[in-house]
Amino acid sequence: MKRNITNWGNYPVEHADEYQPAFRDQLQALAAEKKDWIPRGNGRCYGDASLAPTVITTTKLNRFISFDTLNGILDCESGVTLDQVLEVIVPKGWFLPVTPGTKLITIGGAVGSDVHGKNHHVDGSFSNHIVDMDVILPGGELIVCSPDAHADLFWATCGGMGLTGLISRVKFRLKKIETSYIKQKQIKAANLDEIIRLFEEYKDYTYSVAWIDCLKKGKGFGRSILMLGEHAQLSELTLAQQQQPLKVVNKTLFRFPVYLPSIFLNKLSIGIFNFLFYLKNTKKEINNVVPYEPFFYPLDVIDEWNKMYGRKGFVQYQFVLPLNQKEGLANILHRITERGFASFLAVLKVFGKQDTMIGFPMEGFTLALDIPIRNGLFEFLDEMDKLVLEYGGRIYLSKDARMKAHTFQQSYPRLQEFKQTIQKYNGQQVVHSLLSDRLQLTPQ
Amino acid sequence: MPTVLILGAGSDVAQAIAQAYAAKGYSIQLAARNPAQLQAIQKDIEIRYRVECSSVVFDAADFAASSATFSQVQPLADVAVCVFGYLDTNEQSMQHWPEAEKTIAVNYTGAVAVCNAIAIRMAERGSGTIVGISSVAGERGRQSNFLYGSAKAGFSVYLDGLRNWLFHKSVHVVTVKPGFIKTKMTDGLILPPLLTASPMQVAKAVVHAVDKKKNTIYVKWFWRYIMLIIKCVPEFVFKKMKM
Ligand SMILES: Cc1cc2nc3c(=O)[nH]c(=O)nc-3n(C[C@H](O)[C@H](O)[C@H](O)COP(=O)(O)OP(=O)(O)OC[C@H]3O[C@@H](n4cnc5c(N)ncnc54)[C@H](O)[C@@H]3O)c2cc1C
Ligand SMILES: NC(=O)c1ccc[n+]([C@@H]2O[C@H](COP(=O)([O-])OP(=O)(O)OC[C@H]3O[C@@H](n4cnc5c(N)ncnc54)[C@H](OP(=O)(O)O)[C@@H]3O)[C@@H](O)[C@H]2O)c1
Repeated sequence: MKRNITNWGNYPVEHADEYQPAFRDQLQALAAEKKDWIPRGNGRCYGDASLAPTVITTTKLNRFISFDTLNGILDCESGVTLDQVLEVIVPKGWFLPVTPGTKLITIGGAVGSDVHGKNHHVDGSFSNHIVDMDVILPGGELIVCSPDAHADLFWATCGGMGLTGLISRVKFRLKKIETSYIKQKQIKAANLDEIIRLFEEYKDYTYSVAWIDCLKKGKGFGRSILMLGEHAQLSELTLAQQQQPLKVVNKTLFRFPVYLPSIFLNKLSIGIFNFLFYLKNTKKEINNVVPYEPFFYPLDVIDEWNKMYGRKGFVQYQFVLPLNQKEGLANILHRITERGFASFLAVLKVFGKQDTMIGFPMEGFTLALDIPIRNGLFEFLDEMDKLVLEYGGRIYLSKDARMKAHTFQQSYPRLQEFKQTIQKYNGQQVVHSLLSDRLQLTPQ
Repeated sequence: MPTVLILGAGSDVAQAIAQAYAAKGYSIQLAARNPAQLQAIQKDIEIRYRVECSSVVFDAADFAASSATFSQVQPLADVAVCVFGYLDTNEQSMQHWPEAEKTIAVNYTGAVAVCNAIAIRMAERGSGTIVGISSVAGERGRQSNFLYGSAKAGFSVYLDGLRNWLFHKSVHVVTVKPGFIKTKMTDGLILPPLLTASPMQVAKAVVHAVDKKKNTIYVKWFWRYIMLIIKCVPEFVFKKMKM
């Protein structure tokens, strides 16, 4: 049925025909019959990656196929969401090998964007943990691929933004845990230099990420909180927690009721940050043991929080720069805050090495910030793109809604290989999206 | 643990009902005509809910075979939910007799064949609940869906009588009239959100109705009143309307 579809940033809007196959044979029939389609999971990418005239949504293709509780290997259909996975695996002492900052994405989306988590520097991105998967090509043929079989298809599909076809099943390795709690350490940093130093100092921590206050100028520019974590061991829990060490928490506190005019936004997020910075963290460093939920998914307790950016929507600007471009990072962050475009918070993380065909991560700093859409924003971001290119960095496709094709072409070094692989498996470009058209990956 | 039998297990509504019962720890018996679908759903329920789950292949349009199948399936369920149904546009069904026949066969004769087989066994045992998913379409014939509606009307009347018969044998019967549900049956139709239930809402209503031994339920309460009004319109007026 035709309806208006947008992803998380509420920009852009596409009036699309949506299909929701519940079984693989229905999916194969659709893949063979439809033209101009793109796979869609739970619509948690920010921009236009899973938008096209025809959208094949996987959320009803959401069944578990097998769970080897001894070796921690899970096989499931691609529409299963991470929160559903956690409900099944956590009680058995397993955890996701990699998780983004929301659990409301599908496994297909985790592969399509090859998502990274707070542990990228230790565990790599999601593709690093896949045993094998099924990809349904335009035309309906199903191919089982892995790093060993149809490796080209495998690597063009991981991070390939749905452009090789639709992933219908993924088998992947889990991470062993003793408890569902995280031993957390939060450290305040007075400025950007200090936070970068702290990342280096604590690089042995499995999980690390920092929240940066974008409004602070002058001496305190880049003041931030570094959040570190390890899966807690049984002996590290309180007696009460030990009663149910593998507890699953899964609740939405409230749903964001309405689209807010965006002036409210900064006030709200300032409030949240100040709360953390001044009230909760009056000490330089805090150590505690918390459930996995608030550590990994602090925003998921508010359903539809994207509405707080107003009806016009927002973009998330996420780029990565090589490790030696500390100055570049400071420069871009500086310009964004000077122009007053930034919403209040930015998220900073250090990636480990990665060189996959079309993956976003590379060893270096990645910064992500939400920016409400208003006049002049896209022109300004084009300027920022130039800097990102100059410093040898790139932009994350899964968050993007506006990058120019030439920026993209200059920043993904293995692009030709990716294009050839799309050509091989999706030769007629039956599968394409607003994103792939915009970036001239699928010439129409 | 008690067992629930889901007849027509592949639909969105049926899967939601199976999940609602699995979450309560029930053992699940799935019945549908597509073995590959059954296998996928069965595995999923076993992994998610860690309950026992089995499956039976049947075709509701093959009355004799399905009657025989459900006269024997072991164990006899504590709750049997008849979910399957078939809807084509009235236009199609009027023009093509096979379509009309299928509409009647699946929604009425097929449902009666299966429910009879189970009812007889529950009556013998002296316990159990049968749930039939019928439709508000069966409350008054309208030009837009009277073939489907008349088959559902037959099914509703059958359930009324069955409830009366089984009451004396300590078996309960629930009739569910869902109103609109957002499923593949209604894909492509623009449904008024206030009057439309999700499959999970239907599932919760079914579980609740079985627990509380309700007789006939409307999933969204205003449907009861809407249908009351529709039934009150005098026939000489109703026949001129375009509904
Ligand atoms: C609050 C929030 C925090 C986030 N944090 C992170 C983070 O820390 N790290 C990170 O990497 N990302 C992060 N993201 C982005 C998100 O993880 C990705 O965009 C993810 O791909 C979304 O998955 P989805 O199921 O919603 O798919 P969609 O958003 O619908 O689709 C995303 C892409 O995957 C493709 N795709 C989806 N399903 C399939 C399939 N079955 N087969 C083939 N291709 C498919 C689509 O075509 C599209 O290109 C975050 C998003 C939000 C909203
Ligand atoms: N959707 C609504 O608005 C609405 C409103 C009122 C009542 N209802 C009723 O609610 C029930 C569920 O409907 P739904 O919306 O989920 O419809 P649906 O998606 O069309 O599902 C119908 C189910 O019936 C099964 N079925 C059809 N013919 C069969 C046969 N010969 N043998 C066995 N199974 C058969 C189908 O199985 P296959 O997958 O094998 O085809 C499918 O699982 C139906 O009884 C319907 O009449 C629906």
